[in-house]
Amino acid sequence: MSAESIPARGGTLRRSVLGKVFATPKGGIAGAYLCFLVLLAIFAPWITPYPYDAQDLPVASQAPSWVHWLGTDEFGRDVLSRIMYGARTSLSVSATAIAISVFVGMVMGAAAGYFGGLLDRAVTTVVDLSWSFPEILLALILVAIIGPGLDSTMFAIGIAYLAQFTRLTRAQILSLKGETYIEATINLGASHGHIVFRHLMPNALAPVIVCGMLATGDAIILEATLGFFGLGAQPPVPSWGAMMSSGSALIFKAPWIIIFPGLVVAVSVIAINLFGDALVRALDIRARLREG
Amino acid sequence: MALLEVRDLSIDIAGIKPLDGIGFAVDRGQILGLVGESGSGKSLTALSVMGLLPLIGGRVERGSIRFDGAELTQLSEPELRRLRGRRIAFITQNPMTSLDPVMRVGAQIDQVSRLHLGLDAKAAAARSIGLMERLRIPAAATVYHHYPQELSGGMKQRIVIAMALSADPDLIIADEPTTALDVTIQAQIIQLLVELVRDRGVALVLITHDMGVVAQACDRVVVLYAGRVAESNSVREIFASPRHPYTKALIGCIPRDGMAPGSLAGIPGSVPSVARYPAGCRFNPRCSEVLPLCPEVVPPLERMPSSGEVACHAVAAKVSHG
Repeated sequence: MSAESIPARGGTLRRSVLGKVFATPKGGIAGAYLCFLVLLAIFAPWITPYPYDAQDLPVASQAPSWVHWLGTDEFGRDVLSRIMYGARTSLSVSATAIAISVFVGMVMGAAAGYFGGLLDRAVTTVVDLSWSFPEILLALILVAIIGPGLDSTMFAIGIAYLAQFTRLTRAQILSLKGETYIEATINLGASHGHIVFRHLMPNALAPVIVCGMLATGDAIILEATLGFFGLGAQPPVPSWGAMMSSGSALIFKAPWIIIFPGLVVAVSVIAINLFGDALVRALDIRARLREG
Repeated sequence: MALLEVRDLSIDIAGIKPLDGIGFAVDRGQILGLVGESGSGKSLTALSVMGLLPLIGGRVERGSIRFDGAELTQLSEPELRRLRGRRIAFITQNPMTSLDPVMRVGAQIDQVSRLHLGLDAKAAAARSIGLMERLRIPAAATVYHHYPQELSGGMKQRIVIAMALSADPDLIIADEPTTALDVTIQAQIIQLLVELVRDRGVALVLITHDMGVVAQACDRVVVLYAGRVAESNSVREIFASPRHPYTKALIGCIPRDGMAPGSLAGIPGSVPSVARYPAGCRFNPRCSEVLPLCPEVVPPLERMPSSGEVACHAVAAKVSHG
């Protein structure tokens, strides 16, 4: 409806909360790292020292040097360039998967929580069933069914995290539904859609954002795991998991092939979690202000 | 015919019957006070008029609610939705919680006129700011961009009133609009409502338990007790010569000048819960003028020779003997 007021509102929310996140040392460092990583991923084609698939067999499995900063892999490909390209795969797959998960989960959870009844029972049953499996198992099963590849990894991770967001949103909506302002909105003659999308969902958003942030970190690990098993990006497209997998054969002869991608995965996930922590703080402060 | 006419309204919520034969009428430019203690059915009456009983699992069992010639009890949910906010507005009790915390107050007022009058963003904003100015919100154009938590209680209640007025309703139902506010702000808000009714010719049903507010604002008063009408009359008559013992007791609860300390009377006991209404007149266990007949026979609501209606055996006996 009011296309004008939504971005304006989101605008201040983002400014004030992100401002607070970056003001803390933890959030600042983690945020700076993540921004750097995202920029690397976006501009990889222009800034990598070598093409990611350029094989140079005479220099295969070379230790880090001034020519190849992070060494070369078993085909003589530049590890640094492949990590930079790998960031593209990892970040885009996990972010897209979580975005799907958040969006579908919010719609399902909101519908279930708001309308209740049979719909709620159906959604809750399915979601609880999938909730009872660990995400990685669910994702493995799904990829096994639809076959390996980037798209199916995205889909599998998205489904694996769906339960979390559906449950979270549903619980939020259930408690928000009883709020006076929702009753007041009904009294103003608003339709169900208006109430759900304009009032309930925006109010349920904060914890979902935090949860989505933290889940993105998990999704990176999940993506790397699927890649490690050869179920994610197919060669020669680099992904951190696949690089570690190929490096595992040479772990004693050329450890840099597995260590550097592993390090990047670890640092990225830690950064996302730290950033998420700072975000929790910032949003909580906001929630407290709202109550007062 | 009056704008809103409620006749013999009885409702049923999961087998219990909290309202029994409620009736009143209110016309344009008129303020009707719906008075009674907590639990007397004031808010349920409002909910029934708004057609929101299904929300709490209730339904109208008997009686009629006629609004501007239409029988509200017969309307479908989409038809009711078009009335709500557009022609019948509702002002909730607590302004602190009746605004969406993550939405700017201006946008919340806008949504009503956009929804019901089909205004575009610009026209709605101009209309909202105009309304806010008329409700004497200082720096309305700035406040328009504020979030609810940045405003005081009185300001929030003005915003809530602006939302109610936004689609130019014919009838406003205000459910204890000042209970949550400071006393000084209360008087301002009530005065504002009175002005609106006089200027715009809307009908106002003012639900309150505060007889002071009634005396200040209302034209007519309906006193509810335990889901029934105890007495109804013009505000002047109610205060000059209250007839029903409950009305007398309510008025006796208002502090007056020159009262000796400690002499302010309360009403002994409390409103019975809906599941344990006493037989006969529901006020009889607390009544100071109780007759042997009272616990047995329900007193009918009788028109008094002078004015008003009262449901009381004691009053009826006096009238027929006097």
